[in-house]
Amino acid sequence: MSHKQMIETDILIIGAGPTGLFAVFEAGLLKLKCHLIDALPQIGGQLSELYPKKPIYDIPGYPEVLAGDLVNNLMEQIKQFQPGFTLAENAETIEKLEDGTFIVITNKGTKHHAKAVAIAGGLGTFEPRKPILKDLDFYEQHDRGIDYFIKDPEKYRGKNVVISGGGDSALDWSIFLSEVAASVTLVHRRNEFRGALDSVEKVQELKDAGKIKLITPAEVIGFKGSERIESVDIQINAARMNIPTDYFIPLFGLTPKLGAIANWGLEIEKNAIKVNNALDYQTNIDGIYAIGDVNIYPGKLKLILCGFHEATLMCQSVYNRINPGKKYVLKYTTVSGVDGFDGTRKEAEKAVVKSID
Amino acid sequence: MQKDVSIKITDRLGVTHKVQAPTDMNMNIMEVIRAYELAPEGTVGICGGMAMCASCQCYVLNDVLRTERNPDEEAMLCEAYHVKENSRLGCQIPITEAIDGLEIEIAPEQ
Repeated sequence: MSHKQMIETDILIIGAGPTGLFAVFEAGLLKLKCHLIDALPQIGGQLSELYPKKPIYDIPGYPEVLAGDLVNNLMEQIKQFQPGFTLAENAETIEKLEDGTFIVITNKGTKHHAKAVAIAGGLGTFEPRKPILKDLDFYEQHDRGIDYFIKDPEKYRGKNVVISGGGDSALDWSIFLSEVAASVTLVHRRNEFRGALDSVEKVQELKDAGKIKLITPAEVIGFKGSERIESVDIQINAARMNIPTDYFIPLFGLTPKLGAIANWGLEIEKNAIKVNNALDYQTNIDGIYAIGDVNIYPGKLKLILCGFHEATLMCQSVYNRINPGKKYVLKYTTVSGVDGFDGTRKEAEKAVVKSID
Repeated sequence: MQKDVSIKITDRLGVTHKVQAPTDMNMNIMEVIRAYELAPEGTVGICGGMAMCASCQCYVLNDVLRTERNPDEEAMLCEAYHVKENSRLGCQIPITEAIDGLEIEIAPEQ
């Protein structure tokens, strides 16, 4: 276990997708602080990971919004409530203390202490889809050369990198790393890539400029190196070649798994967490809530807009839990404004009282 | 009133189900599998039908289906596991009268 300091918060939100992010806003209005844990290195959940450049048409008030833009807007909306983030870590264990508060520890040993826990885990923890290759489990540990996520691009500065995959993340990271790494080689099973048009065109441009080496249709079939990766073997049709490299990054997409949360003693039905939808989306464990796509109740719809509603009611319930007996009067942001934890205040402009001649 | 079509779907445990699917609800094979709960929730249709996860991969068992893989589907299947010649993504097969009598098998989990 690491010696990291305990992170203290009011509501610990597991999952930094749209539902979890919006919960920060509703909690902030009630003066409750939030901290979010997410397995991915970036916020936004499915929206950022699966379809950042695709449009959504059923967000109230937005006739059309790109998933990535919705995430940026949510972050802009909540920033004055200064949410904390533990990213690229999985919530592993939970312990309920005698005073009704919770300790949640991640797989990296980061400890969180919260008055309530809201699981906004969506489809679950995204785990990388891995190629089926010999010795993969050796090289993927201890920085021996195989990475499935790019958490810190600086790590690749001046290094040789081989990226494998044909989707948006393979294209986007190839583009980004072409500025950072000594060399970028992109290997894909087909000549065609599928991603946003501008990404595909940019890779074409960088290829023509000699900044990205493209090998298609081809596949990485093995590695060489004793302590760590020194080269990868690539098969192109019937031919084979060996390319020296410092890193091999397969970006084959992610598969969601409910993960460790499944062992927390929560009532699970159809891979989702049962909650009380008549009241506050609390689970069978007092003080643990489940909101958004991860929960289930009669009539459940897995929609972002439903997640927003569930997040709002959850925050009210946590407020009552933390302040028993205290009366809370619903306030409208238009009337009361929004007071951030950072000292900022947003409010409606005062109406002018002026006679008209 | 448009008629329902009849589809035979073999689940991942090898059990074959004969199901009726409506042609007037803009549904696809993946959604039919979920509606009849022929695979546990969360194991089929994970990406919601965007041809981005291959969790709804099916093997087509007879020659009722006249459509070919579309480009998105082709790209996804190229990166998926357990892919065979007759693999399709359920989410890319709309329920129309033309697929009455289709027989498919749900591919193993990715």
